[in-house]
Amino acid sequence: MTAPVVVFAVGNPSRGDDAIGPELCGRLAKWLENEGLAERVDLIEDFQLNIEHALDLQGRELALFIDAGENTPTPFIFEQIYPSTAASHTTHALAPEAVLQVFRQTEGAAPPPAFVLCVCGEQFDLGEGLSPTAQDRLAEATGLLEKLFSQPTAAAWSLFTTGR
Amino acid sequence: MTYNLETAEHPEKLRRVAIDPVSRVEGHGKVTILLDDQNKVHQVRLHIVEFRGFEKFIQGRPYWEVPVMVQRLCGICPVSHHLAASKALDVIVGAKRLTPAAEKLRRLMHYGQMLQSHALHFFHLCSPDLLFGFDSDITKRNIVGVAAAHPEIAKRGVLLRKFGQEVIRVTAGKRVHGTGAVPGGMNKSLTIAERDELLKDIYHIVSWSRDAVHLIQKVHIQDPGLYNSFGIFRSNFMSIVGHNGDLDFYHGTLRARDDNGKLIFDGVDYQQYDKYIEEEVRPWSYMKFPFFKSLGREHGWYKVGPLARVQNCDQIATPFAEHERKEFVDYAGGSPMHAPLAYHWTRMIEMLHAAEVIKDLLHDDDLLSDDLMVEGERKMEGIGVIEAPRGTLFHHYRVDENDLITMANLIVSTTNNNQAMNEAVRHVARRYLHGREVTEGLLNHIEVAIRAFDPCLSCATHALGKMPLAVELVDPEGQVIHSLSRS
Repeated sequence: MTAPVVVFAVGNPSRGDDAIGPELCGRLAKWLENEGLAERVDLIEDFQLNIEHALDLQGRELALFIDAGENTPTPFIFEQIYPSTAASHTTHALAPEAVLQVFRQTEGAAPPPAFVLCVCGEQFDLGEGLSPTAQDRLAEATGLLEKLFSQPTAAAWSLFTTGR
Repeated sequence: MTYNLETAEHPEKLRRVAIDPVSRVEGHGKVTILLDDQNKVHQVRLHIVEFRGFEKFIQGRPYWEVPVMVQRLCGICPVSHHLAASKALDVIVGAKRLTPAAEKLRRLMHYGQMLQSHALHFFHLCSPDLLFGFDSDITKRNIVGVAAAHPEIAKRGVLLRKFGQEVIRVTAGKRVHGTGAVPGGMNKSLTIAERDELLKDIYHIVSWSRDAVHLIQKVHIQDPGLYNSFGIFRSNFMSIVGHNGDLDFYHGTLRARDDNGKLIFDGVDYQQYDKYIEEEVRPWSYMKFPFFKSLGREHGWYKVGPLARVQNCDQIATPFAEHERKEFVDYAGGSPMHAPLAYHWTRMIEMLHAAEVIKDLLHDDDLLSDDLMVEGERKMEGIGVIEAPRGTLFHHYRVDENDLITMANLIVSTTNNNQAMNEAVRHVARRYLHGREVTEGLLNHIEVAIRAFDPCLSCATHALGKMPLAVELVDPEGQVIHSLSRS
């Protein structure tokens, strides 16, 4: 049985604040378990987004992408995203919007409503831990996640969007 | 095999073009081109702008942590580091020969990695250039553009990649941060259900891989003027080769040939690699430049990866891939093909071979065995080598009596190709930029040459907003006079 909500938590735990995604994923997993909601949410952790993640959107009602950001608004952005080609000129990784677009093109259907939670990071060096600033932002982002998953619908989530 | 265009005589009088970072290449690459007032090219360099600190990251850790930890070096090929480290540490725990089950499970994991990596590279990174052309509309020159114009090709690319990831998941235990390989063997075998799930799809995977070879073969043959000459340079080449000279990605001995295909060395035990290969440091690049000691710095550099492997082996042990190898060799006309765009053709031959090997392994009941571990006399030093998707990968460790890593030396595939990539970029710059105004399409030609090698510049960081592409033209006084950017 496919869980109605999928969460993609992206980042490398050994590269400083790039660990924000995996760290939030771990915290969310514990909270969902405690609340008895774990079966309704699939948590997918990866180093980076890529084309196959489009397949993880199949059969979902709602999707959330959690990632660290650099030079993005503090403490975080939370907003709804839509399929787009604009952000695809990156590296071996895809932007969340491009994953939605790959889904639309390969599945021939609209992807589920999707949101991105982008928490601003400060440093991303190999072997570094989370910065103190990122620790503070994580606490705020965790609070938002608990509110979101108390009512996991696109309509409810849209009330929490921050805008850029 | 010279260093033409590596260093200009009077760089202070030249205009600087920087491509920073190179788009659709893992990590932070930067190309700088110095032009004079007539736009003539005087100096071209591919830089690595991130200091990686691999060795420092690993030193001081208990050796048994290393196969898991090194996966965090690279977001694109973590399995390659996982297996190269495990092979090095096999030596340290005295595991001279793994159990049949352990070796086959590792092979399955590795060939799954080759399949997914080659599929991603071809369908996602390169097919936009190949299907639309290097000068095509930038807004379509990406995987989403491919999906719109060729939905079936794009879908197959996604499914091939997904299948390879599933092979990794069932052998490594997890989709990322897997722990399947451990010093001395493996810590899990396959269940019957896992094997049967993969068997359901493998025949499609083989068939689609054959189609992919034929697609790139057709693209290549239709435009020999471009594909046989774009960015071309002659060089030595190296890979490991398996038993009887077979193409082998997991284990074998080192073999090197010169640009005419003549053997330089063969049958070399990779525990002795440092007797044959030396790494040179140059002041303008963080990435070292390896070369064969016997030929020296100027003539001893080489290329690795699919184009080297497919031409270095004597044969491929699976029938469809061997047929395609012969077609490629025939097309090359009996001497080594050096055109960088031929990497794509050989990469797809390798993907087909990986699919065939996976099919054969899935019919082998050893994958279900629990006889997974061996050990022997403890050693203080070990070297592991595999053929990673991008080429030969060396992991070399020393361990103290407290089981802590005291020395680590990694020569990653992209480092092995460092000089070769620089040569390709110089050729393209000379051919396409010389005396012309710089446009986005022309700059993409530079990137096409780099992408042919599938370089992984090792940045597993990918934070949102972190990797725009910026191109700057800078005059001799350092003023930015023109810039292009992508986001």
